[in-house]
Amino acid sequence: MDFTRRETLALGAGAALMTVLPFRANAAAEDKINEFTGGAALGDAGIDLIAPEIAENGNTVPVEVSAPGATAILLLAAGNPTPGVATFNFGPLAGSQSASTRIRLAGTQDVIAVAKLADGSFARASKTVKVTIGGCGG
Amino acid sequence: MISRRDFLQVSMAASAMVGASGFGNWARLAAQQGLTQDQLLQFDTYGNLTLIHITDIHAQLKPIYFREPEINLGVGDNRGHVPHITGADFRKLYGVADGSPSAYALSYNDFTSLAQTYGRVGGLDRVSTVINSIRAARPDALLLDGGDTWHGSYTCFHTQGQDMVNVMNALKPDAMTFHWEFTLGSDRVNELVESLPYAALAQNIFDAEWDEPAELFKPYKFFERGGVKVAVIGQAFPYMPIANPGWMFPEYAFGIRDERMQEMVDEVRAAGAECVVVLSHNGFDVDKKMATKVQGIDVILSGHTHDALPEPVQVENTFIIASGSNGKFVSRVDLDIRDGRMMGIRHKLIPIFSDVIAPDPVITQIIDEQRAPYEAEMSEVIGKTESLLYRRGNFNGSWDDLICDALLTEREADIAMSPGVRWGPSILPGQEITREDIFNVTSMTYPNAYRTEMTGEFIHVILEDVADNLFNPDPYYQQGGDMVRIGGMGYRIDITKPQGSRISEMTLLKTGEKIDPAKTYVVAGWASVNEGTEGPAIWDVVENHIRKQGTITVAPNTSVEVVGA
Repeated sequence: MDFTRRETLALGAGAALMTVLPFRANAAAEDKINEFTGGAALGDAGIDLIAPEIAENGNTVPVEVSAPGATAILLLAAGNPTPGVATFNFGPLAGSQSASTRIRLAGTQDVIAVAKLADGSFARASKTVKVTIGGCGG
Repeated sequence: MISRRDFLQVSMAASAMVGASGFGNWARLAAQQGLTQDQLLQFDTYGNLTLIHITDIHAQLKPIYFREPEINLGVGDNRGHVPHITGADFRKLYGVADGSPSAYALSYNDFTSLAQTYGRVGGLDRVSTVINSIRAARPDALLLDGGDTWHGSYTCFHTQGQDMVNVMNALKPDAMTFHWEFTLGSDRVNELVESLPYAALAQNIFDAEWDEPAELFKPYKFFERGGVKVAVIGQAFPYMPIANPGWMFPEYAFGIRDERMQEMVDEVRAAGAECVVVLSHNGFDVDKKMATKVQGIDVILSGHTHDALPEPVQVENTFIIASGSNGKFVSRVDLDIRDGRMMGIRHKLIPIFSDVIAPDPVITQIIDEQRAPYEAEMSEVIGKTESLLYRRGNFNGSWDDLICDALLTEREADIAMSPGVRWGPSILPGQEITREDIFNVTSMTYPNAYRTEMTGEFIHVILEDVADNLFNPDPYYQQGGDMVRIGGMGYRIDITKPQGSRISEMTLLKTGEKIDPAKTYVVAGWASVNEGTEGPAIWDVVENHIRKQGTITVAPNTSVEVVGA
């Protein structure tokens, strides 16, 4: 087992675990969300986030988000040193309000999407994506 | 008015009685002499559709011994539910008498003496007899292979899966899904899949570059059987590039993708499917969760975690069937489909007692042809064992203890690591160990036995990582293997804790000292998923070790202390 290639990811996972526990660990992500919503309450309906449960490669994790009628969607990787991934803005002529991209994850963490919906309210979806060193399948 | 659910439960009750009478009959029989092929195959054909399920054969063409696990712990919502019930508790749950044939087939106690009474299990020529008998009663029965077929033996390794393809083709399956097949490498998988005269199904195999469904693997196939329009949807093992070397099949991506599973179910229902069957390699707990997330599946034929359950498990309106591994069982599932709905189910888990079920000579001959070129090398006796050698169990098995001993001595290491796979037959005390036996528990396309240095901290990270693959309370984050087996080091594990705090008290056994996070240890292991791993093949390491020992004895392993079970 030559771990060199994945060692950083594994250690990153360990480090992420140690920092998930403290209360304000995701302060940077929370700040980003507040900036986006202006501190408004977050619902959970009207937004779908699709991401793998376990990343096949933490360096390029496919993520898909959609929120019918939304004017903007904020995408965050809460455990990355810089949580901001992207903000997708949809104009009035947009055929659908969905986007897919690939993101890099430093370790196991929550991927968060927040949509500004047509009525001006906000909705949030999140999913834990594990980044693992892998090993043994049955 | 009686609802659909009531119908199913009534039918379930009826099927449970059929199951119970089957089991009761076996339990009254003192020994193998009282068992007959007719009893094993007895089944009152029911409804209008029959499914035959076999899975996780791991290339076991011939009869073998296979000891079921003693330790198989469930966490979260699955704690204390099947398949996480073993031994006496399992027998009590299903009304299986101690010492009966079904006790031998389904639980671990007294394995050695029961094995001597009831003999070997499995053998695809016996499986063929069972399939033929079911087809005699229901000629258009669907035969579905859950995967892990083209992996796990001397001949499979040396023919790159061709032996299994040849034998399975003769059994004429209707569809198959996949896991270890991909460790043959994508070129070989593509070549074999293109050659198959039956469907290769997986809704969750994607093109890695474009993140689009892979062309070679269709998500589902429709069959017209017994006047019923049936859709079979495939679900390959979701974590192939994580649990196995992704560099061997870089073109493919996997994942659970239950959103797409729902789309496929909706699509086939819209196209007129009266019955939806998922041929799955998810593992049992993942299938249970998927049955709650995806609506409209009638039956999930579950593979991967090697569980053998004598009755279906109902989750909402979905029935999950677990058919064991290594050719030891075949499940027959009869369904009553009327008015576009499933009205009832009757099921039997048929144990393949190789001394009771007559081999099908046509298949015996095909198996012998596959084996003939390798017979001389395979049958060479390397040593003998005084101890029962088995693999299944969450934390260790005597086969892995032996493999770890071989790594420690042959590779001069402080600590040995052996992967927590669930395949590999058992060897009884007093039996000779042949080269074939060693391959049955080590055969793979990435067998290099590495020797490297790791810090105590990094060893801890590995153990925590693997433990979370097994004991994460959310089944979707489980990979379905067992804990990495450790030689030369003891530890304590609290399975109720989160990742990062399950493993403690790591102790180097040879000195009795605590593992120092900052200190470096020499670690030997095998089955690394990383490209470019160097070292001799594990089967050579194990063979050398057994040859030097002559006769093997494996002391009981007490180095893992389990908390929270």
